[in-house]
Amino acid sequence: MDDFTVKHSEAVRPHEVSIPAPTSRVDSAADAPRRAEVKSLSFYYGDKQALNAVSFPVLDCKVTALIGPSGCGKSTLLRCFNRMHDLYPGNRYEGEIRLLPEDLNIVGGDVDPMYVRLRIGMVFQKPNPFPKSIYDNVAAGLWVRGVRRKALVDERVELALQRAALWDEVKDRLRESAYGLSGGQQQRLCIARALAPDPEIILLDEPTSALDPIATSKIEELIATIGDQVTIIIVTHNMQQAARISHFTAFMHLGNMVEYDQTEKIFTNPSEKRTLDYITGRFG
Amino acid sequence: MTDVPAPVSTLAPVKVDAATLVRQAKRSDARFEIIGLAVLTLSMAVLLLLIFDFMFDGLARINVDFLTNFPSRRPADAGILSAWVGTIMIMVTTALLAVPLGVAAGVYLEEYAAKNFFTNVIEINVTNLAGVPSIIYGLLALGLFLQTFGMGQWVLVAGMTLALLILPIIIVATREALRSIPLETREAAYGLGADKWQTVRMYLLPAARPGILTGAIVGMSRAIGETAPLITIGALTFIAFLPPSPIQPEFPFLNLDWLFSPFTAMPIQMFNWISRPQAGFHINAAATGLILLAMTLLMNGLAIWLRYRIRSRQ
Repeated sequence: MDDFTVKHSEAVRPHEVSIPAPTSRVDSAADAPRRAEVKSLSFYYGDKQALNAVSFPVLDCKVTALIGPSGCGKSTLLRCFNRMHDLYPGNRYEGEIRLLPEDLNIVGGDVDPMYVRLRIGMVFQKPNPFPKSIYDNVAAGLWVRGVRRKALVDERVELALQRAALWDEVKDRLRESAYGLSGGQQQRLCIARALAPDPEIILLDEPTSALDPIATSKIEELIATIGDQVTIIIVTHNMQQAARISHFTAFMHLGNMVEYDQTEKIFTNPSEKRTLDYITGRFG
Repeated sequence: MTDVPAPVSTLAPVKVDAATLVRQAKRSDARFEIIGLAVLTLSMAVLLLLIFDFMFDGLARINVDFLTNFPSRRPADAGILSAWVGTIMIMVTTALLAVPLGVAAGVYLEEYAAKNFFTNVIEINVTNLAGVPSIIYGLLALGLFLQTFGMGQWVLVAGMTLALLILPIIIVATREALRSIPLETREAAYGLGADKWQTVRMYLLPAARPGILTGAIVGMSRAIGETAPLITIGALTFIAFLPPSPIQPEFPFLNLDWLFSPFTAMPIQMFNWISRPQAGFHINAAATGLILLAMTLLMNGLAIWLRYRIRSRQ
């Protein structure tokens, strides 16, 4: 399988993109197409219930943020999207996450986790590059899919590193070990690694919580840049970050989805009291 | 949040004399260092004493003739050619059998097998087998390979027996090496959509290589000195010929006849000579011991260098 067709909005050459002004992101939720739909999803770690009948849509080519206090289940919810929980024994899903437009329930027992992970990528909280070269890291997702032709892999690696705002810093040392990069660079490398195989959705699990403010702002910039080209779901405990970079926000508390709405509305005039208490810092 | 007054302790304050604590700590550290050093020196001294005893008796005996002669009734004419060639051939066979099998079994048990009661039983049995006396493996080989399968007193059978002996060591080392790979690497690999074999082949095995190599070093060091199982399967103690050479001048240039040939080994030769009354043979045995030590060191050195190369590339 050598051809890689971009599945969504046309690939934009990085130097043509300007960072959108951080103002209104008001899009009519009714008009925007949906990439996924979470329907009454519950999750159990063995006997312990961690998610309770969560429902919300994930809109195509938009950034959706999951916020909430520690232990509310936002990371658990995120990891349901790419079936990470299947790696460990004793976990159980109830309900559905339907991937659109083909309307496939990706947490169903009949769907292989590997199939889901080939279409939905993830970036973890702590940067975790492989102990290999920078090039090998970014190419990993392509090699795993059987894409071997060197010219194609080279092109994809360069594109991914450019989209991750890392190309200029590493273009002369692609064969060096990834461990020689700083923490912020390693995390951008992990983002490039997730981007290279062109997934339909990218999951970001608190990607900047282990980084310093400058590295954090570089990554927020790149999320703003690619946020219109790929569907992103980001978990963050930093409310200001959610307000800055997301189009839609979901607030969670104790395993329940309390409120889901456009980011502007959540942070200026939420409907639920619990949401208001959280964003004004009364708890969590 | 209502204001809660800070808790006030009603107990007497703890007086901490930091200077005394530091002095006491330094004293107990020094005590432990001295004990540790003494124990180390004692064990090294015993080892060095043994080696010097060997060297005193046998070093002068080592020369080119000793290394290239076959055994003989006369101590002065006896040599260890058949012995060290036999040991090398057996070690190669053992390594080629034990390492691939052991690593594959370890990978299967750690990555593929479901974690249930049955696999727990297997794990207990494997670790137990590492402690079984080697003569039992010799008896197993005698009964199974020689009598039931009808094989002969071959280099191959010696290799198989010793491979069985060190298999548990390599399986356990492989499992431990895989277990010590951080979860993040696995999550990153599976998260990219890799299947299990891709994850094992591209990321887990390379990371586990140093640990696996350590297990192979430990196993081979054990195997090179084993005498009892080799005697049981019929290693000869006086052979005046070498197994056929693996390399031949005609096509296909490599032959495997050496696997099916009778053999002897260094520990066997030592044991045979030390059992004889003549002092000359005792000197020969000491010299053989020195050569065996040197061979072990060389083998370990090679493996350690390999492991260093792998680690520095990571």
